[in-house]
Amino acid sequence: MTFRHRHLLGIEQLSPPEITTILDLAQHYAELNRSADKHAQALQGLTQINMFFENSTRTLASFEVAGLRLGADVMNMPMQASSIKKGETLIDTALTLNAMHPDLLVVRHPHSGAVNLLAEKVACSVLNAGDGRHEHPTQALLDALTIRRKKGRLHRLTVAICGDIAHSRVARSNIWLLGKMESRIRLVGPPTLIPAGAADWGVEVYHDMEKGLKGADVVMMLRLQKERMDGGFIPSEREYYHRYGLDAEKLALAQPDAIVMHPGPMNRGVEIDGTIADDINRSVIQEQVEMGVAVRMAAMDLLAQNLRAARAA
Amino acid sequence: MTLIHFANARLIDPETLSDSAGSLTVRDGIIIARDGAAPASAELVDCGAKCLAPGIVDLGVKVSEPGERHKESFRSAGRAAARGGVTTMITRPDTDPAIDTPEVLEFVARRAASDSIVHVHPMAALTKGRAGREMVEIGFLRDAGAVAFTDCDRVVADNKVFSRALSYAAGLGALVIAHPQDPGLSAGAAATSGKFSALKGLPGVSPMAERMALDRDMALIEMTGARYHADQITSARALPALERAKRNGLDVTAGVGIHHLTLNELDVGDFRTFFKLKPPLRCEDDRLAVVEAVASGLIDVVCSMHTPQDEESKRLPFEEAASGAVGLETLLPAALRLVHGGHMDLPTLWRALSLNPARRLGLDAGRLTEGAPADLVLFDPDAPFVLDRFALASKSKNTPFDGARMEGRVLGTWVAGNRVHGD
Repeated sequence: MTFRHRHLLGIEQLSPPEITTILDLAQHYAELNRSADKHAQALQGLTQINMFFENSTRTLASFEVAGLRLGADVMNMPMQASSIKKGETLIDTALTLNAMHPDLLVVRHPHSGAVNLLAEKVACSVLNAGDGRHEHPTQALLDALTIRRKKGRLHRLTVAICGDIAHSRVARSNIWLLGKMESRIRLVGPPTLIPAGAADWGVEVYHDMEKGLKGADVVMMLRLQKERMDGGFIPSEREYYHRYGLDAEKLALAQPDAIVMHPGPMNRGVEIDGTIADDINRSVIQEQVEMGVAVRMAAMDLLAQNLRAARAA
Repeated sequence: MTLIHFANARLIDPETLSDSAGSLTVRDGIIIARDGAAPASAELVDCGAKCLAPGIVDLGVKVSEPGERHKESFRSAGRAAARGGVTTMITRPDTDPAIDTPEVLEFVARRAASDSIVHVHPMAALTKGRAGREMVEIGFLRDAGAVAFTDCDRVVADNKVFSRALSYAAGLGALVIAHPQDPGLSAGAAATSGKFSALKGLPGVSPMAERMALDRDMALIEMTGARYHADQITSARALPALERAKRNGLDVTAGVGIHHLTLNELDVGDFRTFFKLKPPLRCEDDRLAVVEAVASGLIDVVCSMHTPQDEESKRLPFEEAASGAVGLETLLPAALRLVHGGHMDLPTLWRALSLNPARRLGLDAGRLTEGAPADLVLFDPDAPFVLDRFALASKSKNTPFDGARMEGRVLGTWVAGNRVHGD
């Protein structure tokens, strides 16, 4: 088996064969999830704790379903309402949970690197469900699985990632993954939303969306956070939609069979036109959600195998 | 009367920029002869052909008294200094409360006199509470012993407030030390902006924030004629502004912390908070440019920027963790990396570590000539060791050099002729 990690903290640490291993197993779970009996035993007897220090509905639900289908005991800890308000440090919280002997800890945190810090202090496997602007590995993996199912491959594709790259962990994880799998990456957005130094990442940067979409096989839209609008990073919502919102006219510049992706939740009429999001011939947004469960099942299965092997040794 | 003769020494003299074999004779804490014969009654110190240099004058040491004595006290800082060859600590006023009244300064001076085994000269805040609104009693504080005025890492953003404080200080001939960082650009930053910080998802600040603030400060110095020192110049783009100001005859000097001379942004690696500094570590090109500026003398002072932080304030996600690193004990071996790397010779390095800061603050130190105080460090520049942070004398162990291979061991430290380290 080519997957040797105890934690899944980011795509940065994964090799291309490891990425393929996860995707192959996820493909298997995707089929299981479409069958009548959705149960498997990979996490039987294990305890999975979802620790979310930041609000999330979709990712949390996806991890919860994934754990339940694999037979784990799943517990959700909504951390923003809990001890963090009482001044407990991240490490103390982690040690407290560690004492309950969880096997899988799924963590989302508003600060970059916080999940790495936590992983150093606990005895179980840690999955990063998004840390600050740093990484969101399962999102990149589910995007990759979706692309592979639609395009048949992950190499030699032209992928345009559009919007708020600067504040996006989804973008960073996707840049790592698509780069490792040898696709061509374009970053499209206004200069205020493209991070300094991005041009040194081995990607092409476009401030003109029409040029950036030309000939693209995959158009990946990012969510624009409400708090970034109104004069801080962009002049207004309507100017942003005019210049960087995905509509039929701009999409026509991409390949005729280009797919449209969005990690959700969408701002219709801000970064994406509603009719494109709903166009079943172009939009794969619903399939992304479906693949999310499969990818998370695969990642937790592989980590649990390594954890069991390490404990047996 | 105590008489000591340092024989068989390699004398590092930053005043004459010489590095030569010789001896020193010390009586009652004063150097009385160089290369003379050993007086019959003198205690003999055989230097074993190792380096004997003026003790380091460390400009900008944070001793966490008052307020956070669990992080560092005058006793622990003094011991750390002695072990690091630092014979004079110029202490910072960014304590809790800030050192902004003659009464607090008097407390600090008293604590230092009773507990520190090396010399201490305190600095005072420039504005009350370091809040950047009203100037402190610069006259009273100077009379009470404040050697310089600084709000440390807080920038007086209001140009009117800053220009008035500078004007008032100029009238007294007092030295003002500023931290050139544009506060707007650097707000919320945890790293230097660029490829590395962007990949790690850390909020970054452009090094241009340093040049912008230095440009502003130089305009105000031109206007007020104040004596000015920039605490840390860490980026290539700020250097031409500094060079221009000096060429135009402004009374301006600049320093740099040892960590910015020996580490770069990549050392942060996977969010290692002991490498979180203010300003943040820069790219390698900036580091090399600043090293070159120290060698050429454009940057006058190299210091430790000793900033003790307890484990709790560092064991946090990178953005939330406290900034700063301890440096009193590692300043000398880390600075020797610049010598071993071929960037400068020992006397040039010692000019920045000892002579220049002493001169800038009007202290009699940094010299090896007759009549100079016997504040001395004896060290072996080539002795290798691996640093263990838990072996540091500082109460706080937040050094980025934990586990690092270093060269340069302090064999002995003398303050006013009294041995405070070594045997």
